[in-house]
Amino acid sequence: MSASAPSFVQLEGVTKRFGDNVVLDRIHLAVDEHNVVCLIGASGSGKSTLLRCVNLLERVDEGRIFFDGRELTNGKVDVNALRRNIGIVFQAYNLFPHMTVLQNVTLAPKKVLGHGRRKADGRARELLRRIGLEEKAEEFPDRLSGGQQQRVAIARALAMDPKLMLLDEITSALDPQLVSEVLSLVRSLTDEFGMTMIIATHEMSFAREVADRVCFLDAGVILEEGPPAQIFSSPKQARTQEFLARVLAAGRL
Amino acid sequence: MHRFLEAFFSPHAFRQVFPDVWNGFQTNIRMMVVAELLVLAFALAIAVVRGLPGRGAWPLRALAVVYTDTFRGTPLILVALMIGLGIPGLGIKGVSDRSNFVYGVAALTLVYTAYVTEVYRAGIESVHGSQRMAARSLGLSYAQALRYVVLPQAVRRVIPPLLNDFVGLQKDTAIISVAGVTEATIQATNFSSSYFNFTGFVVAGVLFIFLTIPLARFTDHLIRERELRERAQAV
Repeated sequence: MSASAPSFVQLEGVTKRFGDNVVLDRIHLAVDEHNVVCLIGASGSGKSTLLRCVNLLERVDEGRIFFDGRELTNGKVDVNALRRNIGIVFQAYNLFPHMTVLQNVTLAPKKVLGHGRRKADGRARELLRRIGLEEKAEEFPDRLSGGQQQRVAIARALAMDPKLMLLDEITSALDPQLVSEVLSLVRSLTDEFGMTMIIATHEMSFAREVADRVCFLDAGVILEEGPPAQIFSSPKQARTQEFLARVLAAGRL
Repeated sequence: MHRFLEAFFSPHAFRQVFPDVWNGFQTNIRMMVVAELLVLAFALAIAVVRGLPGRGAWPLRALAVVYTDTFRGTPLILVALMIGLGIPGLGIKGVSDRSNFVYGVAALTLVYTAYVTEVYRAGIESVHGSQRMAARSLGLSYAQALRYVVLPQAVRRVIPPLLNDFVGLQKDTAIISVAGVTEATIQATNFSSSYFNFTGFVVAGVLFIFLTIPLARFTDHLIRERELRERAQAV
């Protein structure tokens, strides 16, 4: 955690306010390469904002963020170049409705990386094959189920070959029976590629399974963090216990 | 009754006046086509300028607002008179020596660009911010996100109101007669003042109706199609 050798992703005292509302309060977080960190906590605890600060979709008010050995928060970073290396998947998928599945996946490789059509299409079809949606390549997103759309959104992010993936409650908008197809895709990212990921999620059993470390956020503060076994079995903080008890009562653990 | 029919629907006058009005009407169509193409391009550019982010773009945004407010508020007939009568008198080389047709198209373009800018702007604002965010998060620049993600969706949504404005533009080419463009209305006016017969106006009116009906029906069709599509999505 020394300043001279920051982790792959490192947040130091990151603070974010919306007006008078402190959404993130001096967050410290370090993520090593090939690790998966899950952020848990109630809605409004700051999980999504934290993810959006990491790829500079939100401007940090105080503190510093490092990624892959460089500081992101000194104002000198080319945000477009940075975002090539950081994929993000949103709760509401945010696919482009006027483009086919294939065009959704190839847009950024073509326009940002300058790949030719043949190369971009080939790579996209390969990704679609891997997520089991190759036959949907020419369909428009509104013809797909929520789970399928979210898998396409993941493929769209992967098409940029990111070094880091941020998943922002990607199963929250899905019907329960569609959740597992998305989660198993995420699981394969860690198993097969060792993808570094920061995942904001309400799926506790999933977090327990894939996370190297779990952070419990409460009112913009990381109140407790540790290996999943410890957080889920013997949480130290009263707030964490309370939160997990509530989640358990809702049948999500 | 007979005098009424004779004044407005005289077959004899029809045969006399039709060739001139038809000739003039072709000028209306030419003005309409050129103005519509210019309006489509300029209005899009100004709508984009109005949406530019950042403090640095403030003067540009302000300029765009002043322009749209001014020309949406000014009657077309005034703009047509100012340009058609005023500009030639200025004696500016390359500007004051243009034909009345050019001044007419300029007046139509100035006024209708202001309307259509607002139509585009509504379309751009109707595209949810999460679309832009998704595009930017993939590494696309502001301009690329606009070009490939926001504008295609925005333009698709505003095609019906946009065509509606074009129906208005087509009719308003008649107003350009005040700038001395020899179009259908002028031809009908000339005829009426020579023969005290108004059949020429009826001919011109019918031609305008025939021109706008297809566009109006096409607009209806697009609106209906979109309603069906949105209902299908909601299910």
